[in-house]
Amino acid sequence: MTYILIIISAVFVNNIVLSQFLGICPFIGVSNKVKTAIGMSAAVLFVMVLATMVTYMLFFYILKPLQLQFLNTITFIVIIASLVQMVEIIIKKVSYSLYEALGVFLPLITTNCAVLGVAMLALDLPVKYSFVHENTLMYAVVFAIANSLAFGLALILFAGIREQLQLVKVPKQMQGVPITLLTAGLLALAFMGFAGLV
Amino acid sequence: MTNVSLITKGIIKENPVFVLLLGMCPTLAVTGSGINGFAMGAATMFVLILSNIVISGIKSTIPSKVRIPAYIVVIATFVTIVQLLMEAYTPSLHKQLGLFIPLIVVNCLILGRAEAFASKNNMFHSFLDGLGMGLGFTFGLTILGLVRELLGAGTLFGINITGMQHPKMMLVFILPPGAFIVLAYLVSLNRMVQKNK
Repeated sequence: MTYILIIISAVFVNNIVLSQFLGICPFIGVSNKVKTAIGMSAAVLFVMVLATMVTYMLFFYILKPLQLQFLNTITFIVIIASLVQMVEIIIKKVSYSLYEALGVFLPLITTNCAVLGVAMLALDLPVKYSFVHENTLMYAVVFAIANSLAFGLALILFAGIREQLQLVKVPKQMQGVPITLLTAGLLALAFMGFAGLV
Repeated sequence: MTNVSLITKGIIKENPVFVLLLGMCPTLAVTGSGINGFAMGAATMFVLILSNIVISGIKSTIPSKVRIPAYIVVIATFVTIVQLLMEAYTPSLHKQLGLFIPLIVVNCLILGRAEAFASKNNMFHSFLDGLGMGLGFTFGLTILGLVRELLGAGTLFGINITGMQHPKMMLVFILPPGAFIVLAYLVSLNRMVQKNK
């Protein structure tokens, strides 16, 4: 039950992009086409779940016993950066077609704040959700999966809207970034309707 | 390029918030009030200036293949310093900005300046560039925060200016959707002003 609550809460109520503002750069940057949006979402799903698993274990089994919690920012970012690099090399060797699909997005993910943000939020779930009573690796992993699904949902929805937007005549001053931001604002407004669901 | 124009270009012509659109996550997330926007801008400016100076100083010793990880480690060091300082001296602000202090590490503005400017210029010019870009970022965040605060709560820097006891304002501007909407109009307004010059 707790797992389902985590997923609903992360995907709809506290959507990572539209209500917590993590991962805005790829949200605005690669949402021109639905196809690229799907590729980016898949790459994020892959890296976010792996990164959260590794950083969670690092924090609770190495940093915490040594009382080095304040080093989490610096160690996490190094781990995420090297993990992205490693995933890129492995995918290239194992499945070249997958590499073709995800390859261009992987380097972008290092500076995607959603990955670092979720890795950090997953360290202390009981503070975030009242229905989670303890920290376990399983909760952290489910949290990461839920958040990457939320990222994918927001990104793909937004890409669909933007594809339609290209057919519309937009006032000159609002073309490009402003109309994109405005659309994101309306989408965020729609997602606020889920408030209070969990 | 003169020293003065190095500073001013970051504030007006290449403003990171309204023109370059770098570092969008903190821009949108913490600007619910003017004070928060200012504090986030100041923290980012501190990291930006120091990391620009250090990266410019060690640029010749870093092999170009591993430069990005090296930059990230330098930036993360200063972010940790800011985080610990804020936790000690301004605990309430630290709590409000929360997750977005450690996330300064992945602010593309800082890595962007390191790669585009500090890795090619001397330490003094990198300092000026960091100062200009930092001021521009702080300026942008403060303006965005003030507009949202005024429309959403009727206050400026926490001071009620509407003259009413409990002003009825448009709450949506403090909530997440308001961030997108206000930034959209500010970007387009900035375009109009820059074009008329």
